[in-house]
Amino acid sequence: MKKAHAINRRGGAHRLGACALAAAALFTAPTPAWARTTQSITDTRVAWPTLSDLISVITLQGYNTRLVVLSTAMLGLAAGVIGSFLLLRKRSLMGDVLSHATLPGIAAAFMVMVAWGGGGKSLPGLLAGATVFALLGVGCVQLMDRHTRLKDDTAMGIVLSVYFGLGIALMGIVQSMPGGNKAGLESFIYGKTASMVFNDFVLIAGVACACSAVCLTFFKEFKLLCFDDGFAQSQGWPVHTLDLLMLILVTCVTVIGLQAVGLILVIALLITPPAAARFWTEDLRKLMAVSAVVGALSGWLGASVSALVPRMPAGAIIVIVAAALFVLSMVFGTARGVLVRARRRRRLDRRIARQHLLRAMFELNEQAPASHTGQTTTQRDASVTFRQLLAARSWNTRALKRLLNRARRAELIQPTPAGAYTLTEQGAAEAARHVRNHRLWEIYLITRADIAPNHVDRDADEVEHVLGTDMVAQLEQLVKLPLPKRAVPASPHG
Amino acid sequence: MKNAPAAEQPNPTPAGATPVQPATGHEHPPDSPLSIHDMTVAYQRKPVLWDVDLDIPEGKLIGIVGPNGAGKSTLIKACLDLIPKASGLVSVYGKPYRRQRKLVGYVPQRESVDWDFPVSALDVVTMGRYGKIGWCMPVTRAHKQAAMTALDRVGIADLASRQISQLSGGQQQRVFLARALAQDARLYFMDEPFAAVDAATEKAIVAILQQLKTSGKTALVVHHDLHTVPEYFDWVIFLNMRVVAFGPTREVFTQENLHKTYGGKLTLLDQAAQALVIAERGGS
Repeated sequence: MKKAHAINRRGGAHRLGACALAAAALFTAPTPAWARTTQSITDTRVAWPTLSDLISVITLQGYNTRLVVLSTAMLGLAAGVIGSFLLLRKRSLMGDVLSHATLPGIAAAFMVMVAWGGGGKSLPGLLAGATVFALLGVGCVQLMDRHTRLKDDTAMGIVLSVYFGLGIALMGIVQSMPGGNKAGLESFIYGKTASMVFNDFVLIAGVACACSAVCLTFFKEFKLLCFDDGFAQSQGWPVHTLDLLMLILVTCVTVIGLQAVGLILVIALLITPPAAARFWTEDLRKLMAVSAVVGALSGWLGASVSALVPRMPAGAIIVIVAAALFVLSMVFGTARGVLVRARRRRRLDRRIARQHLLRAMFELNEQAPASHTGQTTTQRDASVTFRQLLAARSWNTRALKRLLNRARRAELIQPTPAGAYTLTEQGAAEAARHVRNHRLWEIYLITRADIAPNHVDRDADEVEHVLGTDMVAQLEQLVKLPLPKRAVPASPHG
Repeated sequence: MKNAPAAEQPNPTPAGATPVQPATGHEHPPDSPLSIHDMTVAYQRKPVLWDVDLDIPEGKLIGIVGPNGAGKSTLIKACLDLIPKASGLVSVYGKPYRRQRKLVGYVPQRESVDWDFPVSALDVVTMGRYGKIGWCMPVTRAHKQAAMTALDRVGIADLASRQISQLSGGQQQRVFLARALAQDARLYFMDEPFAAVDAATEKAIVAILQQLKTSGKTALVVHHDLHTVPEYFDWVIFLNMRVVAFGPTREVFTQENLHKTYGGKLTLLDQAAQALVIAERGGS
C-alpha cells in the first residue's frame, strides 16, 4: 500500500480535507464556479491543490490513475450487467461462494507455477487457478444439494467457509515456501489497485466487455430463465446449461474483480448496483442499463477517491460509493423509491379523506330535517356546518379545515353565506356514488357474508374506495336492490 | 398393455381404475395427443404417482381432479419432463415429448413465479414465442403482434404495458393463459388456471377453453372446484396417487368415484410411500 499511486503527498491534515472535499465534489459534479465559492469558506491552502489533483484524477491525466480508474469502471459495468440476472435468479449468495472459493485457487496456482520454475506471480496464471476453484466450489454446492438433504443455504455456508479456510491455510504454506515472489499475494483478499499494469487493464477490460456482450446476446434466454425456469424447461430450453453459463459469467467478473476489489468485497459490486437500479425502473432492459451505470460510476468514483487519498484501499471505497448510490436510489428512485411511495400513499390518503368528507356531508343531508323530498339524490342544496362535520367522523379541526379547503378548490363543495357548506353538482354526484358503493358493500356483507349489521360499517369504510366498476356491477347483481339504477339505498344499519 | 395400439384399445384400464367404455362410436386416432404408459413418479424415492396409464382423446377438455397431494401437478410436470420419472413413457402425437415440444403449451401455477419481476404483461406473453424465435434472435415485430393478439383474446390487451405486479390475480392468470396461447400449440397443460380468480376471469378462461376445443385442440386442466367439473370438462381424470377413474364426464363423474378419490383416510399407497422414505432414512 506504501507505493500507492497517490498524487496527493502532502501532510495528514491536508489529506483529510482533501478526502472530504473530494467526496463532496465527486457527488456534485464540480465546476470552476463551484470552486471559487468554496474558496471563500475553506482554507485556500487546502482547496486549490486538492482541486487540481481532483481534476487531474477525474479527467484521468495520470497514466496510472487512468489504468486503475478505467479498469474499475469497466469491472463495475460488467458486474452491474451480470449482477442484474444474478439478483433476479436469486443466486446472490452463490456469488459469495464463488468469490470465497477463489482464494485456495490463487495459492494453488502460485505453488504450481513456482514448482514449474516460474516466479509464480503471473496474473493470468493466478486468475486461472482462481477460476478453477470458484467453479469447483459451485460444483460442491450443487453436489450437496442433489445428494444430501441439506438446504442450499447450509451447503453454501459450508462450502464458502471451507474454501476460504483452505485458502488461508495454503497461503500460510506459500509464505514458508522457498523461491517465488510471494509478496502481495494476500492483496487478493482485500484488493489492491496499486500494482496494476497495462496488461492487467487489458485483461480486465477484455473480460468485462466479453462478459457483458455474452449477457446481451443471451438477454432473452436469461430473462426467461430468471422469470420462469419451469416454463423455459417445458419449451426445451436447456435450463441447467443456461444456469451454468450465468455462473461462468459471474465467475469471470469475480475473478477480474479480485485484483481491484478483493474477493471479500467483489460480491457487493455484483449485488448493490442491480439492487439500486430496481428502485428506478420496472423494466428489465432499463434495470440492466441503470445497474451498469451505477456499477461503472462506483468503480470510477471509488478508484478516484482512493487515488487522491493514500491508505484508502480502492475496494473498500468502491463498495462504499456503491452503497451511497444504493441509498440515494432507495430514497429518490422514481419507480419504487421511498419518496415516490410516500407521495403515492399521501395521494391515496387524500383521496380517501375527500371521499369520507363527501360521504359525511351526504349522510348529514339525509338526516337533515330540510330534506322532506323523499328522494335521496336531490338533497344536495341542504347545507352542513363545520361543527356538524366535526362530530360526524373522528377527524381533528385542522385536518378537517384543510380537507374542506382542498374540496372547495376541487369545486366539490361550496361555502354558503351563513358559513356552512353545500355540495356542488359535481360533489353531490361523487358523494352519491361513494355512499352507494359503501352501502352496496354493507348490504353484501349482511346478506351474503352473514356479518352482523353493526360490524359492516368499518369494513365498508375501507372497501368503498377501491371498488372498481366491474366489482360494483357484480355487487349490484348479487345484492339485487329493489331500486332504480344509480339510486342510493338507505343505510342498512340505521 | 404398453404396446397395445391405441386404435384397438383406446382406454387401457390400469388395475384399480373404474372400467370405462370407449366413447360411443368414436375411434381415437392412432397418434393420440398424449399417451402415458405405465408412468411412476417419485420425489426423492417417495412415490407420488403410481402406474399411470392413459390415452388422452383428441379435441377434448380434460379435467384432472383429486385431493391435495394427489399428484395432479406432478402428473403434468412429469409429462413435461420437468421432474424425472421413476419409470414409464410419455408420447405426444405418437412421438416422444422431447421431439414434440412445439406442439405443447403450458400454463404453470400462478404462484410458481415471482410477480415482482421487472417485466410487463406483454413481455411475459412474448415468452410464449421464444421457442419459435430461437436462440439469441431478437423478438421481431411479428412475434410482438402475435403476443398482443393472445393478450387480446384473454381480454386484457389494454394492460399490455403494465408491470406484472400491478395486475390483479385474475389478470395475472390471464397473462399466463395468453402466454400459452401465444405458443400456438395443439395440446395444452394447465395447472390450476381457475385458482383464486375473479368471476370475469373464470368466464374468460372457460371461453378460451371452448375456443381451443372448437379448433380441435386438447387441454388437460388441473381443477379443484368439483361443482363446475361437469359443466367445463368433457372427460375427467380422478387422481389420488394413481388413476382412480378416467373417462367421459357423464360416465365417470359419479358419487362412487368421488368417494374413492376423496375418501378421507390415508390410502395404503401413501402409507407405503412414506414407509419407503422412512426406510431410506434408516428408520425401518
